[in-house]
Amino acid sequence: MIGTIIRYLSSSIPLGVPLLYGSTGEIVTEKSGHLNLGIPGIMYVGSISGVIGAFLYEQACGNRLANMNPALAILIPLLSCIIGSVLMGLIYSFLTVTLRVNQNVTGLALTTFGVGLGNFFGGSLAKLVDSELPNIILTNTSSFYDVSLPFAAKLGWFGEIFLSHDFLTYLAIAVAILTSLVLNRTRMGLNLRAVGENPATADAAGINVTRYKYLATCIGSAIAGLGGLQYVMVYADGVWSNNAFGDRGWMAIALVIFALWKPTMAIIGSFLFGMLCNLNNYMPQFGVPLGTDTQELFNMLPYVVTILVLIITSMRKKREHQPPQSLGLPYFREER
Amino acid sequence: MAQKAAIELKNITKAFGSVVANKDVCLTVNKGEILSILGENGSGKTTLMNMIAGIYFPDEGQIFIDGEEVVIASPKDAFDYKIGMIHQHFKLVDIFTATENIVLGLEDGKFDLKNAEKQVHDICEKYGFEVDPKKKIYTMSVSEKQTVEIIKVLYRGADILILDEPTAVLTPQETQRLFDVLRRMRDDGKAIIIITHKLHEVLSLSDKVAVLRKGEYVGTVNTAETNEAQLTEMMVGKKVELNIHRSEPKDAVPRLEVHHIDCSNREGVKVLDDVSFIANAGEILGVAGIAGSGQRELLEAIAGLQRLDSGAVLYNNPKTGNMENLTTKTPLQIRELGVRLSFVPEDRLGMGLVGNMDIVDNMMLRSYRRGKSVFLERKGPKDLAEHIIEELEVVTPSASTPVRRLSGGNVQKVLVGREIAASPTVLMAAYPVRGLDINSSYTIYNLLNEQKERGVAVIFVGEDLDVLLELCDRIMVIGSGRITGVVDARTATKEQIGLLMTKTEALTWEGGEDRA
Repeated sequence: MIGTIIRYLSSSIPLGVPLLYGSTGEIVTEKSGHLNLGIPGIMYVGSISGVIGAFLYEQACGNRLANMNPALAILIPLLSCIIGSVLMGLIYSFLTVTLRVNQNVTGLALTTFGVGLGNFFGGSLAKLVDSELPNIILTNTSSFYDVSLPFAAKLGWFGEIFLSHDFLTYLAIAVAILTSLVLNRTRMGLNLRAVGENPATADAAGINVTRYKYLATCIGSAIAGLGGLQYVMVYADGVWSNNAFGDRGWMAIALVIFALWKPTMAIIGSFLFGMLCNLNNYMPQFGVPLGTDTQELFNMLPYVVTILVLIITSMRKKREHQPPQSLGLPYFREER
Repeated sequence: MAQKAAIELKNITKAFGSVVANKDVCLTVNKGEILSILGENGSGKTTLMNMIAGIYFPDEGQIFIDGEEVVIASPKDAFDYKIGMIHQHFKLVDIFTATENIVLGLEDGKFDLKNAEKQVHDICEKYGFEVDPKKKIYTMSVSEKQTVEIIKVLYRGADILILDEPTAVLTPQETQRLFDVLRRMRDDGKAIIIITHKLHEVLSLSDKVAVLRKGEYVGTVNTAETNEAQLTEMMVGKKVELNIHRSEPKDAVPRLEVHHIDCSNREGVKVLDDVSFIANAGEILGVAGIAGSGQRELLEAIAGLQRLDSGAVLYNNPKTGNMENLTTKTPLQIRELGVRLSFVPEDRLGMGLVGNMDIVDNMMLRSYRRGKSVFLERKGPKDLAEHIIEELEVVTPSASTPVRRLSGGNVQKVLVGREIAASPTVLMAAYPVRGLDINSSYTIYNLLNEQKERGVAVIFVGEDLDVLLELCDRIMVIGSGRITGVVDARTATKEQIGLLMTKTEALTWEGGEDRA
């Protein structure tokens, strides 16, 4: 039983990581006053961009593990993932910041676009290698990504739960903590928060509102895209299949509300969500067999928790727990 | 006093499209001097100041600072030339502390809030401000927020301060305190420019007055050598009768009786607390109070737009002579009884008018239920719209111009005009002259007076205490949702009302100190 619990906790953590990347990225973007509903699409594009990079590198090495350079095997997918996500972020910021298009419409369109783009390239790459299934197998690259800390095995249950994960997991936590520090402790963070709260005030104080909005959206997108990469390289063991990413992007957006726009809360929230998502896999092992119908009920849990959190936070109206004041509103200096 | 020019403007011209906002304006402000800029609404005062503050860029003309010609292209340039502007609408981030707001956007040196807090504290000591550097803006009163704005520009080392209608939101006592601070800053060698349209403030505070009229520079006079009549004439271009004719109320019968109403907002905070009063027919009842003390909720409660926790609003129906309880009626039924509300919120278009619809359609919002055919009847509303445009001198290209395109003052005339046209029995007007020029304001006052003489019970929520004292018969003072006093407008003084306005606030301050 103890062993099952340890395995359950340990396997829940990789499930939470894409959510943590997604929500940290979305928090950064929302702090600039932009509600980016394109995050699911951006994570999807981040994922496929990483896959494309890894695919090309594996092809170049003749699909042989022995020919691959570990540093390049990690860096090429990582960089292509970031480039893909940032390009998506640029589309979003150009539309919403420069052209002041409605943010919700843009975001939803970007998600549809991103998922379509991902599936297109996913299908094309599968065709290139004459695969029977619409899958791309990148287990070689995945083997470089999914390396746990060397001393994890020596530390028993603690090692298995906390230390047996890949570097992207620890990077996610580091990024979230760093984001929190930047937001709350630095001048840049103060300026960014001012832009999201009240862009007219920030503008009058001499802050370049447009630059902050672009940067926050693009950096946020890059962070979110890494979640897509972690999903395919670590959680899915390097196997890309169309639409397998599921609704993780939406869950990441829900998590932002759960976390009350605090990256440190997002760390707790994402692993909690990971545990909730993992519950239906482990209920049978805990001695509760699940039918297909009850399984769906368990899938619902993260959303139920989000709704509960929404209800609780709206009941205690604390100003610090509210979204940035001008979230979703376009800013135009000369508008009165 | 050192006679050295801190800032000098020469032939400044600025146009927005075909509208000339400023034409050939020349101004000089010396160090250690307070200059008032006086002008009606739309005369280009704020535009002019925005050019000094770097928000707009002049089309023509030169700006000299300390005798040297400069180019101010952005707010940042303005800071560099030590110019600080305090805007009419505060530019503060609500969830930040005072200090965070003060250092916002500064880029020099290490980011050290502790040190900044100390410096803020020092500035407070020097000029006699009372502000806690760690207090969050959203918990502050209007006057505290204004103080933060002033500290903000001083922190940046401003030597030239511009204040855009700083007293519009203050009580008389707070205004006095602000003026004391401004005088202290003047004695410290700062140049101060203050925009206002309150004549008595100009006379009591400033050293010089510059007058603008419709974007043109009329002239500068020394305050000591002028008087109200001359300034008004310069401002308006003609002699204006500045007296409100106040008749004695005739057969004043109670029209509206408000009994012990309580009301909470969405957050569960009490906004009206045991409010009771009687509004008589043929009388103007003034409501004075600091903005946001429950005036809006009170009027909305009478109009049926607010849910009451307890209490009753009784209406003495002149047609039947019966008392009717308005709290059990829908807003539409209340309107049909003749209870009319014209509320001019700060954003003007927030309530009562639809910005994207034209004047005729906005008239129709009140009459679309009439008429028998399936189609709307447009003739009546169109006539009414044209009548209002003519009668109240609304400046608009036509009756079919979207209301959003009109200037603030004209929007207000449309709103007030429509509500008055419905021949009400109770007329509630909240801030109907907010931001209007002198001429239009007096048009509105006369309209209200006409209504009163027709036997309408008028409830007038105002900001300017001088006007309230001149226009109303009785003045009710509201503070933090409580009625803190009712005075006779013919005998009361401004100071008396000012004290009543802050009465409950003073109580909560004491409570706060106990806690600390």
